[in-house]
Amino acid sequence: MSLQLLFDALALGGIYAIAALGIALIFGVMRLVNFAHGQFIACAVFALIVPSTDALAVLGLGALPAPVLVPLILMIGAGLAVLAEALVFRPMRNASPVALMVGSFALGVALQNLLLVLYGGRPKAVSLWAELGQPVQVGSASVPLLQLIVIAAVVVILAALAIMLRKSRLGLEMRAAAEDFTMARMLGVRSNRVISGAFALSGALAAVVALVLVAQTGVADVRMGGQIMLVAFIATVVGGMGSLSGAVAAGLGIGAASALLQAGLPAEARPFRDAFLYGGVILVLLFRPQGLFAPVGAKPRV
Amino acid sequence: MTSQHTIRRRMAATTPVLLALILLAFVLAALALGDRAIARMAAETLIRVTMVVGFWVFVGNSGVVSFGHAAFGCIGAYVSAWLTLRPEMKATLLPGLPELIAAADWHVLPAALAGGGVAALVALLTGAAILRLSGIAASIATFAFLAMVNTIWANWTPVTGGTSSVVGLDRYVTPWVALGWAVLAITIAAVHASSASGLALRATREDEVAAAASGIDRYRHRLLAFTLSAFFCGAGGALMGHFIGVINPDGFYLSLTFLMLAMLVIGGVGSLSGAVMGVLALSIAVEVLVRLEKGVRVGAATFALPPGSQEIILAVAMILILIFRPAGLMAGREVMLPARWVAGQTKPEN
Repeated sequence: MSLQLLFDALALGGIYAIAALGIALIFGVMRLVNFAHGQFIACAVFALIVPSTDALAVLGLGALPAPVLVPLILMIGAGLAVLAEALVFRPMRNASPVALMVGSFALGVALQNLLLVLYGGRPKAVSLWAELGQPVQVGSASVPLLQLIVIAAVVVILAALAIMLRKSRLGLEMRAAAEDFTMARMLGVRSNRVISGAFALSGALAAVVALVLVAQTGVADVRMGGQIMLVAFIATVVGGMGSLSGAVAAGLGIGAASALLQAGLPAEARPFRDAFLYGGVILVLLFRPQGLFAPVGAKPRV
Repeated sequence: MTSQHTIRRRMAATTPVLLALILLAFVLAALALGDRAIARMAAETLIRVTMVVGFWVFVGNSGVVSFGHAAFGCIGAYVSAWLTLRPEMKATLLPGLPELIAAADWHVLPAALAGGGVAALVALLTGAAILRLSGIAASIATFAFLAMVNTIWANWTPVTGGTSSVVGLDRYVTPWVALGWAVLAITIAAVHASSASGLALRATREDEVAAAASGIDRYRHRLLAFTLSAFFCGAGGALMGHFIGVINPDGFYLSLTFLMLAMLVIGGVGSLSGAVMGVLALSIAVEVLVRLEKGVRVGAATFALPPGSQEIILAVAMILILIFRPAGLMAGREVMLPARWVAGQTKPEN
């Protein structure tokens, strides 16, 4: 039971962490709270199937073997995000954070309705890698194979990202830009390159979340990115806006908290789980308005 | 000689009057067209004016974007439904209501006031916590509040009916009722904006630190504006419920939040006239697009936009406005009479 719970918490928290990282990366370099992230996820999900408004989903790209499919979907996610940046956020580069936030909200609505027009509003059944649902015996717990793969993938992605941010030139520039964008530009960091890079990474992370969601639920729904984005978003804030490790930690924490609440709350309070979660978030913010792991530059300077 | 200050004050006082006249002209024009659908559109537009003006009282004056005001609409709509539905109906639809509310059979006007009042009370309590934050953290906290209210409303089935709709609300909202509320909201918003508290709040919007250094208590003024704005969003929600006749928690969630924000941003957050004009412009645009989606006959061919394109066009319009006219259509200006019209008699000086 408790081991089972640990796996549930890790898998859920891992997904939240990946989604939160996608939001934190963009916030770090351009102070944009990206409300369209959930729709990036939804778009990556629907990229798997052939556009039609029929109830039955026909796998398009999704029928490809995994070694081809995974990089392809990641590239689609990254491409979409880079395109969004070039068309919407680049012209708004000098707008206030609030205007940027509203702009991303509008972009999200546009993408969601584009999916509605192309695919219709009804959720569709998609069977992607159905064989991964089989349980595997780990110690005393029987865990779906998919959950193990998700946990492993999260670890690999986080490690790869950490190495990239520390060692590669783009990673260094990204961290410099997150620290102080103006100063970084003065020292020769090319802003367009860094921002496009951050969007590409963020879009690829959205695609990872999309693949996991589809494999887990077996459903493609236009609204599916919304819920996870909300949580990811909150994880980013709780972790301290702009702090990447904070976002990961808070994502894991929220995932674990909701798995624990799900198991620990009495049955009649369980539907209200998310309300407790959001209440907790407000509480955290009240005591630590800059988030739990606030980066140095987060406090406004006078 | 009338001083510059007096002239400014008089000019500011003409704003709500002119806005009310514009709305009156809008209603008369809609009714003159004699189309039932257009009259309904006019009523809906004016309800939105009530809500968006309420929304502006907080967002416009404080500069803090709130994502939580749709939740106040939700609270207002349900409070009004609880108070006005016939007791027999409530016994079957909402068995979990407390005795006192289950037996209530109120008139619609006090119920709408109560809807706004309860929303304001909730705003006072949550705002007391949330408004200690500033900037993006405050916005996110209002978002968390919205999600919380939606979760509670969607799951507290015995009291709210859950995700299934509450039906049978008295559909009393005509364009005239909505006009009355809209004009009331505009008047109060204008009075608040020109009051000392409104001025202080706008000072914190321009420069938090300088305002604090001048002795302005940001928290108190924000909380007042938050409460006031929740009242009109709540009342607007009640009107919306009684306009459609059916309410549902998801009717007061992300899409309403988006619509209210879009109206405010397109009109221009910086002024009350911007809020009103944004609603008018967007509502008329939506009506035209909906008609285009249904199809327009051009000669023998019927031309129709694909369904769903309405939202896409609106969202794209919003992005374009953010890029090319970031301050909105009104760009922070108010509709007002020119100075020489309100200056009165100028005595020649000897």
